[in-house]
Amino acid sequence: MKNTLMTRRSFLKGSLAATGLTIAVSATPLGYRLLNASQKDSISGLNPNAWFAITPDNKITITLGASEMGQGTHTALAMIVADELEADWNQVEVRQGGARKEYTNPILHMQLAVASASVRGFYDILRKAGAGGRAMLVEAAALQWNVSPKECQALNSAVKHKKSGRSLTYGQLCLKAAELQVPQDPPLKKESDFRYIGKDLARVDIPDKANGKAVFGLDFAFDDMHYAVLARPPAYGAKSISFDQKAAEAVNGVLKVAPTPHGIAVCAVSLDAAWKGREALKVKWDQGTHPGLNNASIEKSLLADLDKPGSEAVKKGDVKKALSEASKKVKATYFVPFVAHATMEPMNCTAHVQKDRCDVWVPTQGQTVAQIVASKVSGLPPEKVNIHTTYLGGGFGRRATPDFIVDAVIASKILGKPAKVVWTREEDMQHDQYRAAMSHRIEAGLDSQGQLIGWSHKAVSGSIMKDIAPDGIKNGVDIMSLWGLVDFPGSPDNNRIMYDIPNLYVEFLLSDLPIPVSPWRSVQNGPNAFVVESFIDELAHAAGKDPLEFRLKLLKNEMRPRRVLETVAEKAGWGKPLPAGHGRGIAQHTCFGTSVAQVAEISVNEKDGSFRVHRVVVAIDCGLAVAPFNIKTQVEGSVSMGLSTALREEVKFANGGVSSANFDDYSPIRLSEVPDIEVHIVKSKEAIGGIGEPGLPPTAPAVANAVFNATGARVRRIPLTPDSVLAAIKKG
Amino acid sequence: MISLMVNGKNYKVDAPKDISLLWVLRDYLNLTGTKFSCGIGECGSCTVLINGEAQRSCTINAEDAQGADITTIEGLPENHPVKRAWIQEQVVQCGYCQPGVMMQVAGLLSENKKPDANQILDSMDDVICRCGTYHRMKRGVKTAVEIARKEG
Repeated sequence: MKNTLMTRRSFLKGSLAATGLTIAVSATPLGYRLLNASQKDSISGLNPNAWFAITPDNKITITLGASEMGQGTHTALAMIVADELEADWNQVEVRQGGARKEYTNPILHMQLAVASASVRGFYDILRKAGAGGRAMLVEAAALQWNVSPKECQALNSAVKHKKSGRSLTYGQLCLKAAELQVPQDPPLKKESDFRYIGKDLARVDIPDKANGKAVFGLDFAFDDMHYAVLARPPAYGAKSISFDQKAAEAVNGVLKVAPTPHGIAVCAVSLDAAWKGREALKVKWDQGTHPGLNNASIEKSLLADLDKPGSEAVKKGDVKKALSEASKKVKATYFVPFVAHATMEPMNCTAHVQKDRCDVWVPTQGQTVAQIVASKVSGLPPEKVNIHTTYLGGGFGRRATPDFIVDAVIASKILGKPAKVVWTREEDMQHDQYRAAMSHRIEAGLDSQGQLIGWSHKAVSGSIMKDIAPDGIKNGVDIMSLWGLVDFPGSPDNNRIMYDIPNLYVEFLLSDLPIPVSPWRSVQNGPNAFVVESFIDELAHAAGKDPLEFRLKLLKNEMRPRRVLETVAEKAGWGKPLPAGHGRGIAQHTCFGTSVAQVAEISVNEKDGSFRVHRVVVAIDCGLAVAPFNIKTQVEGSVSMGLSTALREEVKFANGGVSSANFDDYSPIRLSEVPDIEVHIVKSKEAIGGIGEPGLPPTAPAVANAVFNATGARVRRIPLTPDSVLAAIKKG
Repeated sequence: MISLMVNGKNYKVDAPKDISLLWVLRDYLNLTGTKFSCGIGECGSCTVLINGEAQRSCTINAEDAQGADITTIEGLPENHPVKRAWIQEQVVQCGYCQPGVMMQVAGLLSENKKPDANQILDSMDDVICRCGTYHRMKRGVKTAVEIARKEG
């Protein structure tokens, strides 16, 4: 089991020449269809989803379309195939596939690694692919021995004949098996017979990554590669007034200077020369379209928008009537700032445009979009564009946007040579498409028993869908901006308020701020869960109820959130006494088909507002736990990143653009601030849910609720800083 | 010409005078395990050992590293406590920051075989991991320290 095919050598070696048994799966409207490689020519026009090949050397190569960005998907998906195939895990190699219709994720209808959708999207398909291959190998052995397939058993990459004790390896059988018809409905294993699914296997990508051998986008190189960097506008909408092209071109190694849609490109023989050329350009920019833009103006604008009429996103019951009849009303305004993706590997891409083909080597989450964009920019048809996905040094949604691919394809066209575009940290920070800032105003009513009877909610933010799914914006409502409050009708992901609220009204208003936004780990489930779970805590307090009991009562018909709440409460010792100055906060959220609840335990120094998070306990229900260890580490990472947004992160703006530039003035959480994190996976027979993102949304509200529990002070804005906590304490 | 001793080998590199050690390692010596991330010595992704000490290769002029004994992630032996610990504890996620993080641990161990909890926190706060592997990193460092202690 290894991932050697993503080392530098393999990228240069070209495609895998497989002879033996190769299985493809195609998703048709009637279900999945299994295909043999010998029928490969006849499958064009269908949509096979996964491939594996068994070769006479007894190797099994599993090729996956989903990008590996740290979420462990290459290991988890390979485990599914290997289990049904009864493969010897040590003989399995995992390979990253190119951009092909075959790799379309059935949930997303694209080849795209977002929405925590890889394992849940491919689980059924890959099981069927593995099972089909196993059935063919067993049949091949039975034919050779002239016995019934029922007398044969597949195990550890070999087929055994029980009665006679004979055995043949998959390598010995693969050529014969390749001649057989692929069974369309192969029997799947019983879950109790799983040997890899549900077990803790070592990740396939770790050895190369821990030895510095893994190739990320920035590491990809070959002879005759050239470089380009862009001088980008420092303010939104800014245009260049002048630049010194001659001075830049006079720099040793600089070849060309040319304007592009994202800035002025400086193309050179080396990265060093390109950077020096950019410095020599001395571009003068105008002040852009929003010269007064800064943090204060942004917050003021988003809060002022709350007074404007919005568009209706959800209407259930009669909220006005419910509020007029309430014996107690609670009203609050919340704010969440812009947050940067700040992947550790800055944006980059290498492209080579030739007359009849375009090759792109890129750390991307979205091969389908990468291919379309490179096709448009190169002028070549999509089938002539080859997307070679490297490892991703972090994704978090940033690498689903193709802006850096545009840069590289243009640079290669300018140079007529292979070109690598490298962003510096400063460019990465200042030209991100951020997690959207949001303002919220909520008013809710309780009856005389303290029961929640009405909830009226207005939310304002930039549009997540504007660039990625503009047709999905209906009547001014961007559902992805509202994920966590409201989901698409009928979506099984449940990115919505799960509480049973008899009268609910949610309206949305699109902000007209110029700051580009895009999905950021868990999309707006993060900000929206902070608001909903903080406000539910406010309501519990107003009703004089325990925050856990208050939630459970509103989740009578929602078993998954109920169970994670009950589990986390038990594991965290909810209700047990705490030392003075300590507090506990609870929060739950469901998104991408997975429910998560968390309890944060903190201590606060009421004199200066400083606080420390000591422990976060998590319970998660993601259905069948395909790769339990990976689920734990993904949740631990999500909690750390959620905590980073709760304590530290806010993009700074000045003079019409972004002023945050690097990790000295935009500082994510570091090791000493990360508490003990305990993750409990709830045994579940529910549908498989995502695991890369759902661990994040409950963290910020759990911490804010713990601050309230410790001090009685409610902070309605993240990041929670000692200053904001102290101010809330003083306010009482 | 810049003369460098990297992973026990001598190299002569025809590179610009003001280039940082990071870019010589990556673009001239093809040692791409050392990563570029912030360029200002804040995040630790570019960490290498210089005479046994963990240093940020992005802020060191390559010229100034002449004559020093430089070790990159590629030069750290496979059986080094930190490499074994990182695989044993499965610390890595996206893995981009990890070579630098591991070199930070290697530097800590080369200076002090028995770092206490505060020394570990102090040293490890010099790195940033965006995937949030910190919880596993703590276990990785603990295991690496244990291995180093046992094997003297």
